[in-house]
Amino acid sequence: MDLIANLSLGFQTALSFQNLAYAFFGALLGTLIGVLPGLGPVATMAMLLPSIYALDATPALIMLAGIYYGAQYGGSTTAILINVPGESSSVVTAIDGYAMARRGRAGPALAAAGLGSFFAGCVGTLIIAAFAPPLTELAFKFGPAEYFSLMVLGLIGAVVLASGSLVKAIAMIILGLLIGQINTDVISGVPRFSFDIPELTDGISFVAIAMGVFGFGEIIANLGKPAEHREVFTKEVHHLWPTKEDFKLAWPAVLRGTALGSVLGVLPGGGALLSSFAAYTLEKKIAKDSSQFGKGDIRGVAGPESANNAGAQTSFIPMLTLGIPPNAVMALMVGAMTIKGIQPGPQVMSSNPELFWGLIASMWIGNAMLIVLNLPLIGIWIKLLTVPYRLLFPAILSFCCIGLYTLNNNNFDVFMAAGFGVVGYVFYKFGCEPAPLLLGFILGPMMEENLRRALLLSRGDWSTFLTRPLSASLLIAAAAMIVIVMLPAIKNKREEAFHDAD
Amino acid sequence: MKIKSQRDFASGLMFIVIGASFAIGALSYSFGDSAKPGPAFFPFGLGVMLATLGAFVLFEALAIETDDGEPIGGVAWKPLLFIVGSVIGFGLLLPRLGMVITLPLLIIVSALAGDEFHWPSALVTAALLTLLSWGVFIKGLGLTIPLWPVFLG
Repeated sequence: MDLIANLSLGFQTALSFQNLAYAFFGALLGTLIGVLPGLGPVATMAMLLPSIYALDATPALIMLAGIYYGAQYGGSTTAILINVPGESSSVVTAIDGYAMARRGRAGPALAAAGLGSFFAGCVGTLIIAAFAPPLTELAFKFGPAEYFSLMVLGLIGAVVLASGSLVKAIAMIILGLLIGQINTDVISGVPRFSFDIPELTDGISFVAIAMGVFGFGEIIANLGKPAEHREVFTKEVHHLWPTKEDFKLAWPAVLRGTALGSVLGVLPGGGALLSSFAAYTLEKKIAKDSSQFGKGDIRGVAGPESANNAGAQTSFIPMLTLGIPPNAVMALMVGAMTIKGIQPGPQVMSSNPELFWGLIASMWIGNAMLIVLNLPLIGIWIKLLTVPYRLLFPAILSFCCIGLYTLNNNNFDVFMAAGFGVVGYVFYKFGCEPAPLLLGFILGPMMEENLRRALLLSRGDWSTFLTRPLSASLLIAAAAMIVIVMLPAIKNKREEAFHDAD
Repeated sequence: MKIKSQRDFASGLMFIVIGASFAIGALSYSFGDSAKPGPAFFPFGLGVMLATLGAFVLFEALAIETDDGEPIGGVAWKPLLFIVGSVIGFGLLLPRLGMVITLPLLIIVSALAGDEFHWPSALVTAALLTLLSWGVFIKGLGLTIPLWPVFLG
């Protein structure tokens, strides 16, 4: 069995002392930022990117992955206890989780979220291990035309499933692609849009964009809002263990959430956020007695929490096998790989097997660590909820600034990020979701290269994208997605699904 | 003509201006031909697409009724200026004054951006974070960051 051999290689790698330590650190940090509202995984991972220069690729990626799935655990804690989702993917958990906490059942809600997430994490890890190799095989059949079409599909998929205006989201992707054009043209060697600034000929660092838009921009937006008053249910968390009845209700929801999350995570644009929304809607639809939803139904916690963790895990699949990030977090992982000199794509599995399988195995280990971190130690996290934002944001700012400076040991990136902080605030004010921009920015240069190569190979014949069957079906899928989302019936459903969560 | 969504109106304009500037900027590079596309090819196409989408967003902002006019709202000038200013200040001063002076400065100036500011807690935060950063980044990760001001050698 290849699967077993591969996984055992993975566990050998992941169980080394160093990698265990980094998985633990990543999971811990993920929980921490999940608990702290106003600090998301994208900004945190960007903040840590400079420090991975000092690490090997494997521990670095293990740590970054831990941050992402750790944040899913931590985010549910705040959602349940203070009705403030620490992460956007926990928005729906807050509805029933907080209602349970108000009824003095915070313990079972936390346990359902934790155990459901753990189960989903285990399944997600297995799915990655099982599906990554065949997908990688398929990816090797891809030529430049297929890659280009796949990226189109990925980018379109990333926005049709998200909330908000579709046209604006597509415009943000293109804006990201354009910002990615500020570089030196790979094929002709001509510097573009650099205004003779030498630093710009290498392109803008994506760390500067991520920190500026997601870090600084968000801080400015948060400070512009009136301070929120939080009510923390700390006394109530004594009886962690759910009752028998809770179990009976929760475990089918966990199974459904895991299945749904695993599928949605693989889709372009999928991941934790979409999965949790979809799972909540599903639970509400199929429940015989849905009257308790919104008032503290344990299924409304178990389903979405399992789904977001499963989705967080399986969204690694397109990134690991094709080198194409399905969401902003995976875009950062691709960036981190590039920093470590690994070209993301199907060849990673054969050229860096320890990295590939070690990362997958570490996810299972990390999930096990998280359940220990989160359930018995819940008291510590509750204390952290009381850390005021006024102490938090200067700390975020300092780590970002130091990180930016050490990227190239010069202050250019610091200034760039300051500029993008303003840009991020403008996006916030204009109601433009910035995540698609980062995706476009990461994929831009790859996309251009593949487009131009495909045209070179076809001697300038554009129909190559439609005559090659694989490429054609990918493009048709992308077009179909737009059409379907534009249909009035679906459009209303889509708005409704996201509206439910408000 | 009345603007029905301020936010979309502004974003539409933004997309048009940026798209057009990239497309115009691309004109100074070589287009090549479609068999051998040059460096201007991709950015020009994208710029035109962005401007077109921007026009569409702009049209929607004028045509589609919204409940509240989707106002942009007031700008939070204080946090904007203090946060961006403190980051730029950090960039300017770090190579000259070193982390020991620049980082506490960044922390205190940025803390002024919030509504609640207390000198004692700001000073303690600054001291602790500077110590922590020294421990993690310089001692722990061995990154090269200027620690002391240049004039102290």
